[in-house]
Amino acid sequence: MYGQGFFYQAFVYLAAAVIAVPIAKRLGLGSVLGYLIAGMVIGPFGLGLIGEEGQDVMHFAEFGVVMMLFVIGLELRPTLLWRMRGPILGVGGLQVGITTVALTAVGLAVGLPWQTAVAIGMTLALSSTAIVLQTLNEKGLMQTDGGQSSFAVLLFQDIAVIPMLALMPLLAVSGGESDASAHGADAAKHAPTWVEGLPAWEQTLVVLLAVAAIVVAGRYLMRPVFRMIAATRLRELFTATALLLVIAIALLMTQVGLSPALGTFVAGVVLANSEYRHELESEIDPFKGLLLAVFFIAVGASVDFQLIQSEPQLILGIVALLMAIKFVILFALGRAFRMGLDQNFLFAFSLAQSGEFAFVLFSFASQNRVISEDITAPLIAAVAVTMALTPVLMLLNEKLVQPRFGTRERSEREPDQIETDSAVIIAGFGRFGSIVGRFLRANGIQPTVLEYDSDRVELLRKLGLQVYYGDASRKDLLEAAGAEKAHLLVVALEDHERALAIVETAQKHFPNLTILARAAGRPEAYELLDCGVEHVYRETLDTSLRTGVDVLRLLGRRAYPGHRAALMFRRHDEESVRDLGKMRHDRKAYFSEARERIQSLEELLLSEVEGPDEERDAGWDTESLREEFGDSR
Amino acid sequence: MPLPRRSAPCHFGAATHPNRDPSLKSVLILFAHPALQKSRVNRVLIEGVRELPGVTFHDLYEAYPDFDIDVPREQGLLLDHDVIVFQHPFFWYSTPALLKEWQDLVLQHGWAYGSEGKALRGKTFLSAITTGGREVAYQREGHNRFTITELLAPIEQTARLCEMEVLPPFVAHGTLGMKDDEIARHAADWSRIVEALRDERIDLEAARSQTRLNASLDSVVREGGR
Repeated sequence: MYGQGFFYQAFVYLAAAVIAVPIAKRLGLGSVLGYLIAGMVIGPFGLGLIGEEGQDVMHFAEFGVVMMLFVIGLELRPTLLWRMRGPILGVGGLQVGITTVALTAVGLAVGLPWQTAVAIGMTLALSSTAIVLQTLNEKGLMQTDGGQSSFAVLLFQDIAVIPMLALMPLLAVSGGESDASAHGADAAKHAPTWVEGLPAWEQTLVVLLAVAAIVVAGRYLMRPVFRMIAATRLRELFTATALLLVIAIALLMTQVGLSPALGTFVAGVVLANSEYRHELESEIDPFKGLLLAVFFIAVGASVDFQLIQSEPQLILGIVALLMAIKFVILFALGRAFRMGLDQNFLFAFSLAQSGEFAFVLFSFASQNRVISEDITAPLIAAVAVTMALTPVLMLLNEKLVQPRFGTRERSEREPDQIETDSAVIIAGFGRFGSIVGRFLRANGIQPTVLEYDSDRVELLRKLGLQVYYGDASRKDLLEAAGAEKAHLLVVALEDHERALAIVETAQKHFPNLTILARAAGRPEAYELLDCGVEHVYRETLDTSLRTGVDVLRLLGRRAYPGHRAALMFRRHDEESVRDLGKMRHDRKAYFSEARERIQSLEELLLSEVEGPDEERDAGWDTESLREEFGDSR
Repeated sequence: MPLPRRSAPCHFGAATHPNRDPSLKSVLILFAHPALQKSRVNRVLIEGVRELPGVTFHDLYEAYPDFDIDVPREQGLLLDHDVIVFQHPFFWYSTPALLKEWQDLVLQHGWAYGSEGKALRGKTFLSAITTGGREVAYQREGHNRFTITELLAPIEQTARLCEMEVLPPFVAHGTLGMKDDEIARHAADWSRIVEALRDERIDLEAARSQTRLNASLDSVVREGGR
C-alpha cells in the first residue's frame, strides 16, 4: 500500500480531511479533532493507508507550525507585546516556571539524572500552540478572558523555547564527543550542520548570532527587498518571496541546529511593523492552514497505539499525571490572577497538554545526548495522546463543565434577581446591546441582560446593571431569565450563528416573545427573516444614512429634504431586503430584481432633486395649482 | 452630533444673532418652509431680511429637520428679542407642521401663558405669510369664504394669550401667478417693514387700522430716524 508516490499520499491525506472534518464539525467536535481522528483512522494503527512515512510527513508538516509561528510573530508587534507583558510574563512565566519545577521533581523522583529531569520538565511544560489556538479560534473564544490568557501563556512559551534550546546543549549528560553522532541520528536534519563538533558554549554563541542576524536582516534588508518585489505587481512573485523568506530562515536555523519555528517567529516579530505585514500574513496563511491540517493528521497517525498497547500503564500513567499536574497548576494560576471560574476552566483545560515543541525539543535533546531514546519514545507517545485529548477535553469543558459551573456561579451570585419580571430580555451586551440597554434604562425600563462573556458580566455588574452570565440559546437559561413572562427579546449578539441559535430556541419554546434581532448586513438579515423574525436591524444602516444626510447638509443642501430622503431610502431599502430575501435562492431572479430596485431607487432619488412630480412631497407642490389658478385673472 | 445645531442658532445660516444696539429693537424671524428648494416667492422674501443687522433669522426646517425642537434654546431666543415674527407660506389656512409643533412645545404653560407665564409679555408679534390665492379669494363672498384676519385668528389669539402686542400681518397674495417684478416689490416691502420694526418706525395707530401691514405701506412706516 505504501510508497505509491506523492499523489497517492496527497490523495489519502486530503480525502481523510475532506471526509472527517465536516463530520466532526457537524458533530460539534471541531476541525482539529476531526483531523486528529482522520489521522488515527488512516494511520499505521488504523486502516494502515499511510505507514511509517507518517513520521516523515509530520516532519514535513511541522513546517505548518513554522509558518504559524511566523504568522503569530507578524501579529505580535512589539507594542502589542508590550501591552500584554503583564499576562505574558506573569501568567506565562509562572506557568512555565512552576510546571517545569513540578515536572522536574517528578523526573527526579523516578530516578532520572537531574539534567534529563530538567530537560523533560522544561519540554513538557510547553503546550500545543497549534491545537490550542486553532481550537480557540474555531470556537470564537479568543477574545474571552480565558482565551486571551491562554494566548499570553502560549506566547511566553514560544519565547521560552529560545533559551530552552540554548540551554539544551549545556545540559548534555556526557561530553562534546557524543554530539557529532547525535546529529547524524536525527532523521529530519540529516545534512551536516555548521555547528557540528563545536563545544556547547560555541554552539550557544552561534545560535545567538543567528538570531541576531535574522533581526538585523529583517529590519534593514527585507523591507527594500519586499518593496522591489511589490513593485513588479506580480502577486505570485510576492507569494514566492514570502515562502522563500520562511524557508530560507528555516534552513538557516537548521544549519545552526536550532528550531526553524523560532527563527521564523523572530522574523515575524521583526516584520510585524512593516507595511508588508498583512500581505505576508495573507500569503502565508493558506499554506499554513493546509500544512497544519496535514500536521494534525500526522499527529493523529503518529499516536503509537502499539507502544500504548504494550505498555498501557506507563503511557496512560504519564498522560494522566502530566495533564493532572498541568491542569492543577494552570487552574491555581487562574485563581491567583482572578479569572472567573468558567474562564479559568477554559484556560486550564485548553493548556493542559504538551505540544509539538516536545517533538522538536526531544529530538534536539537526544541529539545533544541530554535524554536517551528509550526515555523519549514513551514520552513522545504520551505527548501525542495529550494533544489528541485536548480538543476532547475542551469539548467536555464546553458541554459538561461550563453549563454546570457557569450556571451555578450565576445562581450563587444572584439567586433571586433573575426572577425579575422584566418585559424585555437582551441577549448580548456588546456594542449593540449595550446601547439598546442603556436607552431602555434611560427610559425607565429595566431589561434583563444575558451575556456570554463572564468578565464583561462582572464589569457590567460593577456598574450596577442587571446582567447575567449565560448562553441565551439554552432554553433553561432563557426560562430563568423570565422568557415566559417577558414580551420582547432583543437578540443583539455579534456572533450570527449564536444569534440564530437563540432565535430558534426562543421561537420553539417561547412563542410569546416578539424577537428583535441585530443583523450585520443583508445576508444575516435574510436568514433572520427566513426564520420568521419580523424586526431585523442591520447594524450600520441608520448610521450610514445619518452620515449621508450630514454630507448633504455640509454640501449646502436643505436639511429637511435630506432628512426625508434618508427616511425614504431606509424604507425602500428595508422593503427590498424583505422582497429580495424571498427570492434570493433563485440567483437569476435575485440579480435582475436587485438591479431593478437599485434603478428605481435611483430614479426616486433623482426625481427628489430634479423634478416636482414625485408623490412624497406633492403636497408642497404648486405646479398644478399654478396651472389651474395661476393665470386666471 | 457632528453638526452643532444646539450650540448656536445658526450653523447653516439659519439665524444670525443681531449686533445689539440697545437703542434698536431686536427682531426674531421664525421662518418655516418645508420645501424651500421649490419655493419661488419665499426664497426671495427672505433674501432681504436674513442678513439684516439686529435681525435673527431662524430657519426652523433647517434647524430641526427631525422635528426634535430644542425648547430651552427656543425660549432663550424669544427672551432675547423684542419683535417675534412667524414667516411662512399659508398652508391649509395655517402654519407648516413644524411651526405648529414649535408653538405646541415652546409656548409652555407657566412660561408663555398662564398666571405665572409672563415671559413674552409686551413683545410685538406679527405674521408674515404668502398665499397662493389672490386677495379677492379671501373675502366673505370669495373662494375661501373668510378673510385673512379671520383665518389668522388662532395665531393672533395665541400671541394675545401670551400677552404680546399683535400687529396686522404682512401678506403676499397671489403667489401662484406672481411675476418676478411683483415678487421683488414684495421683498422690498418686507425688508422695509422689518427694518422699520427694528428701528421702531412703525406707526402703530396707523398699522392697527389696516387689515394687512403692506396694504398701504407709506402710511404705516415713518421714514427717517426716530
